[in-house]
Amino acid sequence: MTPSAVRSPARLSAGVKGHRTLLTSGGLVVLLAVFAVFPLVFPNPLATTYGFDALIFIAAASAWNIFSGYSGYLSLGHAVFFGSGMYTVAIGAKDWKLSGDTVFALLPLAAIVAAAVAVPVGLVALRVRRHTFVVITIAIFFIFQLMAFNFSFTGGTVGIDAPILNWAPGTYNDPFYYLAMVIAAVTLALSWLIRRSRFGLHLRAIRDDEDRARSLGVHPMRAKLGALVLSALITGLLGGLWYYFIAAVHPQSAFDPLFDLQLALMGFFGGLGTVFGPALGALILEPVQQWLTVQFTNDYLSEILLGAVFLLVIIFLPRGVLPTLGERITSLRSRSRDRSVPVTTADGGAVAEGAAPDGAPPDGTPPDMAAPGTSTASAPRPAGRREGTPS
Amino acid sequence: MAHQIYPAIADGILGGGVYALMAVGLTLIFGVLDIINVAQGILVIVGGYLSYVLSVHLHIDLFLGLLITMPAMFLLGLIIHTAVIRPLRGSERTSMSLLACFAVAIILEGALYWIFGANSITLNASYINSSFSLGGFYINDIYVYCFILAVALVAAIYLLLYRSRFGRGVRATMQDATAARLIGIDVNRVAAITFGIGVAVTAAGGMAYGATSGGFNPNSGYDLISRLLAIVILGGLGSIGGALVAAVFMITVESLVDIWSPNWAIVVFYAALVIVLTVRPSGLFGRKAVRAQ
Repeated sequence: MTPSAVRSPARLSAGVKGHRTLLTSGGLVVLLAVFAVFPLVFPNPLATTYGFDALIFIAAASAWNIFSGYSGYLSLGHAVFFGSGMYTVAIGAKDWKLSGDTVFALLPLAAIVAAAVAVPVGLVALRVRRHTFVVITIAIFFIFQLMAFNFSFTGGTVGIDAPILNWAPGTYNDPFYYLAMVIAAVTLALSWLIRRSRFGLHLRAIRDDEDRARSLGVHPMRAKLGALVLSALITGLLGGLWYYFIAAVHPQSAFDPLFDLQLALMGFFGGLGTVFGPALGALILEPVQQWLTVQFTNDYLSEILLGAVFLLVIIFLPRGVLPTLGERITSLRSRSRDRSVPVTTADGGAVAEGAAPDGAPPDGTPPDMAAPGTSTASAPRPAGRREGTPS
Repeated sequence: MAHQIYPAIADGILGGGVYALMAVGLTLIFGVLDIINVAQGILVIVGGYLSYVLSVHLHIDLFLGLLITMPAMFLLGLIIHTAVIRPLRGSERTSMSLLACFAVAIILEGALYWIFGANSITLNASYINSSFSLGGFYINDIYVYCFILAVALVAAIYLLLYRSRFGRGVRATMQDATAARLIGIDVNRVAAITFGIGVAVTAAGGMAYGATSGGFNPNSGYDLISRLLAIVILGGLGSIGGALVAAVFMITVESLVDIWSPNWAIVVFYAALVIVLTVRPSGLFGRKAVRAQ
């Protein structure tokens, strides 16, 4: 053995890990920089509108993922929180006669109201198991849409127009864009922190096997409700921002079933339960969708194509782009490493090395593909921290 | 008040029959395949459009046309099952199939918009606008015909399930797919045929819906599926009797509230669902803990 090969497997794995974290964070910094200079390079309002759209969905899909991806409870009713945020700001601005830039002060209120809405919604909907949960979120979604249609304070079908902002048309989009960028970045950071935390571990244990998680001392209701409220908080904030951008709110635009579906599609496309998957899904799918709409000028054809893409993703990439990509890289890397560095330990360390630890997808080994010993439900180890193979 | 209440109850029961017809397919598919076919709403609309095409272009009677549309929808069901549902594997199968069905629904909705446009259409026949008088108030003939059709089809499904060899296989699969496979039941075949039957029934449901609802367009699928899901969940997923009772109950309540406020009638629908599930998380007739993961 050459001296360089005599590194202990643990150190090797830590080295690869550190390398990858560096790569990931480096990539994120570059991405953030790209997003930051995007409006400077393409000051065209159309381009910044696309950018703003993509950022809103990056944040919304990541927020959706914090609840649905980590806990495994698919919500098809997140538009409830988005719409609550929109209406909060709209009604607040109207009743308190706010105008101009001051209306932005209402954004935190939008987040708080959406979070407050999430508490009773969660207490009712989270009592049932997964299948039924999806349906209840749809039912609650329709209740909210109908309430928006029927109450007088929501303006009914007419909706509520936003106060006019006296900003220069050329740079009108920029404040929206940067605000959305900050929210998206904070959401991703939050998602990353949660995934590494004890809270995130609880959520993923629930996703694996709720009964077993309970027997291991996880309080499922508390964890699920916490995740839902946090997710709703961000979604409501985005709804408030979205309201100013489109400058009006109607029941159909605030509580839009396609919004729910898009979040789920983005989450699945990128990788459900991974930190960056849903953001990647939003980054790819939102512009594609815009492009399809513009390209074919036929809403129906673009709708069919969207459905077809969705179907192909589910059938051929059931775990999403990121985890599948991670798997490919893992198998390539572990194959080449097996040839150069024989890290076979007495108790079959090489097998474990190839199966789960270091080469696993950057942030999301779905529990069912992890090696038995590293299953999140049975091993109360912090997620993503791997102790390397026994030496 | 009474002169409004009795017709509302009659409407609720007769209309509930139509909803039961549409909901039975959904609950049957869930019972056997363990998936929630959210495309059921748009499939009902597809059935409605098929009946429309047959009656307008080929001048075939709505009820006779079912002899063509039901086998056609059965085939469509087999195709969807083979192409979309069957390839799904793994632990996330239930969630995935739900989304896959949603994707199918979007594709079908887009196709319907493309072919037929967004205008609302109605089914027409001589008996749709005629009515008869019963104890002082009027009932539309079509409601009665559709109710009879619904009862006949639900009874046929019931007989198929409880009085045939195939039905025994289906019930065995509903109870335990692995054990059913062990005793020699071709579970895949049972699943495919059940899916086909569940979709074929929507052809009749679509005709009945189109004839009684006073107009539909491709967008009606959303409203429909959310009501159907509410009915099926309320009745207990997988329970055919439960779906029947829940359908009649919900539509009756809705048409009663409709007297007081048409706008809020539909909210009552979902509110009832939320309330019932708060008390009984597995629905009115559901098995305790629908199925282990």
